[in-house]
Amino acid sequence: MRLRLTFAKQGALRYTGHLDVQRIWERTVRRAGLPLAYTHGFRPRPKIQLASALPLGFASRAEIVDVWLEEDLSPDEALRARLQENAPPGLEILRLERVDDRAPALQNQLRAAEYEVTLLDAPPEPELDRRVRAVLEAGSLPRTRRGKTYDLRPLIESLRLLPPDAQGRPRLAMRLAAREGATGRPDEVLAALSIPLHAARVERVGLIFEPQINTEEHG
Amino acid sequence: MLTPKEIEARLERVLLQVQKPGRYVGGEFNAIHKDWAQARTRVALIFPDIYDIGVSNVGLKILYDQINQRPDALAERAYAPWVDMEEKMRAHGIPLYALESKHPLADFDILGFTLPYETLYTNALNILDLAGIPLRSAERDETHPLVIAGGHATMNPEPMHAFIDAFAIGEGEEIIHEIIEAVQRRQSDAKGRKFSDRAALLRDLARVPGVYVPSLYEVTYHEDGTVAGITPRVPEAPPKVIKRIVGKLPPPPTRFIVPNIDIVHNRVSVEIMRGCTRGCRFCQAGMITRPVRERSVEEIVQAAEEAVAATGFEELALLSLSSSDYSHILELVEAVGERFRGRHLTVSLPSLRIETVSVELMERLKERRSGGFTLAPEAATERMRRIINKYIPDEQILETAREIYRRGWTTIKLYFMIGHPSETLEDVQAIADLCKRVLAEGRKVLGGKAKVHAGVSTFVPKPHTPFQWAPCDTVEQITAKQDLLKRTLRDRAIKLSWTDPEETMLEAWLSRGDRRMAGVVYSAWKRGARFDAWGDQRRHQAWLEAFAEHGLDPAFYTHRARRADEIFPWEHISAAVRKEYLFQDYRQSMEGKIRIDCRQQCYACGILPTFADLRRANPGEIWKCPEVKTPKRKVAPKAEVAA
Repeated sequence: MRLRLTFAKQGALRYTGHLDVQRIWERTVRRAGLPLAYTHGFRPRPKIQLASALPLGFASRAEIVDVWLEEDLSPDEALRARLQENAPPGLEILRLERVDDRAPALQNQLRAAEYEVTLLDAPPEPELDRRVRAVLEAGSLPRTRRGKTYDLRPLIESLRLLPPDAQGRPRLAMRLAAREGATGRPDEVLAALSIPLHAARVERVGLIFEPQINTEEHG
Repeated sequence: MLTPKEIEARLERVLLQVQKPGRYVGGEFNAIHKDWAQARTRVALIFPDIYDIGVSNVGLKILYDQINQRPDALAERAYAPWVDMEEKMRAHGIPLYALESKHPLADFDILGFTLPYETLYTNALNILDLAGIPLRSAERDETHPLVIAGGHATMNPEPMHAFIDAFAIGEGEEIIHEIIEAVQRRQSDAKGRKFSDRAALLRDLARVPGVYVPSLYEVTYHEDGTVAGITPRVPEAPPKVIKRIVGKLPPPPTRFIVPNIDIVHNRVSVEIMRGCTRGCRFCQAGMITRPVRERSVEEIVQAAEEAVAATGFEELALLSLSSSDYSHILELVEAVGERFRGRHLTVSLPSLRIETVSVELMERLKERRSGGFTLAPEAATERMRRIINKYIPDEQILETAREIYRRGWTTIKLYFMIGHPSETLEDVQAIADLCKRVLAEGRKVLGGKAKVHAGVSTFVPKPHTPFQWAPCDTVEQITAKQDLLKRTLRDRAIKLSWTDPEETMLEAWLSRGDRRMAGVVYSAWKRGARFDAWGDQRRHQAWLEAFAEHGLDPAFYTHRARRADEIFPWEHISAAVRKEYLFQDYRQSMEGKIRIDCRQQCYACGILPTFADLRRANPGEIWKCPEVKTPKRKVAPKAEVAA
């Protein structure tokens, strides 16, 4: 069966990269004693697919993974609890459901991702507001990443200031394209706002898929 | 000192600016988080290299479990930050902290280092410095943690004597509790003070069998620089510190830490036996981990099952110094194969003897023929094999190689050592020849697909071995031998790797050093030496300058043959193998005499008289030494008298 899990990635786990998260899921499923399905062939691999890579250092409360099992199990609270007990701290399983085995791969259905950013030492609000407007008003935002030049502007679907958090720190919300070959990175948007990444705490709050699946989680 | 919260806040600012920040945050499955306030004694266990290497260390895992099982103590972990992180920590005033609670190391009562090899020494100093703790034992007071160390390298503790308060010699499972209890009797409730009286604590510790407190000994030297005498300064310090062992191996750890990032060994390790009866003369581990004690097949399989379930790891390693010598190896391999078949688990069984049986064993364990098959002849001529006491005829090696290639492995890894005592260039040439002959066997079976990987390391005569009297090759000798191999092994199907001679020199100085080496270690660290085990980080010049600064000649430690009666710097540390036994074995080596496996014939190395009581308490199969006769009754039965 194909099990779809929505999970949060917080705390120390923010510093675990995409490939390692895949590993964490394999081991969590094995520790829970669930019959993980493997690919066939010379080098069998566990059948686990993450919807979208989350850059190192970012938290999330809206990650999605598909896990294939050899047996048909009821996606109930007992199963959730069993997996949760065997997950490392920081990985919180929010929801699980059974999905049609023939449903398209999550990666191909993804359209956009939403982020909330808390700024640890931000410029004063008027200045921040000015920079946000400048980014939004720009016709194009040429940026270079890994030696390639691209335009960041069309990847920004929305960008706005949120009310400050309990400690009065300014917050931003952004929705960035996340399609094959057209993925906006929040750290790039922050760079366009002249905010260093280490002075920001980024959390992914929603993954936006083609209409049939939607896992937006607004807290 | 910063609080854990303050440390976390500062970390958040730097972690995204360093490589692999997951090394510095903890949060692993199976990490143990105990209530800081509830624990009377807090121990930080430290592996002085990066997380990626240290986290899978089995020795520290054993101690981590032992300590955390105590209701009155807690153990956390710390590793060396990589150079990028060290720079950030120094720039942001972040002291080195333990991964579980993020308490700075200075908050702990005991810092326990494992020193499995010598090239970690400067890292240990760097860690103390990053923790804000005075490096020298003499500069620490009641407000500082007790700094202890153990591990194979500490069988010669002298190069680190100035920095470590107390060494635990030998196996740690029992002694760690006795150390904690001794510490608890001197722990203080006064604010800011950890101990009521540090000097008294050190004297108490010296009374614990197996604990070596270097500050309680006086070392004098002859004019030629060799040791004249090592004398205890107080009655508590024993003239000889004898290593500790456990009579029976306790249940192995199973709840291994599962890292959230990729590390070097992502696996469950189960120690199947401790010690080795082979008596290879170059092998320090084989001499210092005696006697051989085995675990039962049931216990190993049970532990493996539990550990695989508790970790979800994809690899299981069955560890020992010589797997083929485990009494029930076939039974074990069958049981493991049966238990885990079809469960996508890779099983590794290192250190197999060079014989065709080993190929069959591997075949039973492996569902796929991935990776190479490793054989360790160590030497390539009959003469050298007799000298090192690892005697395998060439024909046996070739036959095994043939079998390996025939069963589908395409690569054979051959491990050799150059620099054994009395080795000539002909012996080195023979290494190249043997590699080619092994490859030729492979070509007969596999044609162009066959490969050989020759790993040629350089021998360092280690303390407590029969070769401790032998000199180490000079850089020139080593280079000449390596050049010969590089010249002659120019086949594309043969990959040759070797050890940088500078690294060998460093290893030799540190493993054979006396107390004066401590000054050199300190100066080298001051000059930037750290991560000495990492080729790209090692600073050879810093070491040479450090020697010069202290007016010491490196060659004194490495290239000098020792007199038969020389007092070694490690003379007061005993692995329970008699010096006379080692010397006799050294002489036999020079005569080309081999000593067979001591399971077949006891050579009275010294283990049994030292641990007679333990042997008596653990009779039968689990030890591979002969039984010790129970003490004689006062009056012999009449019948026997008559006979």
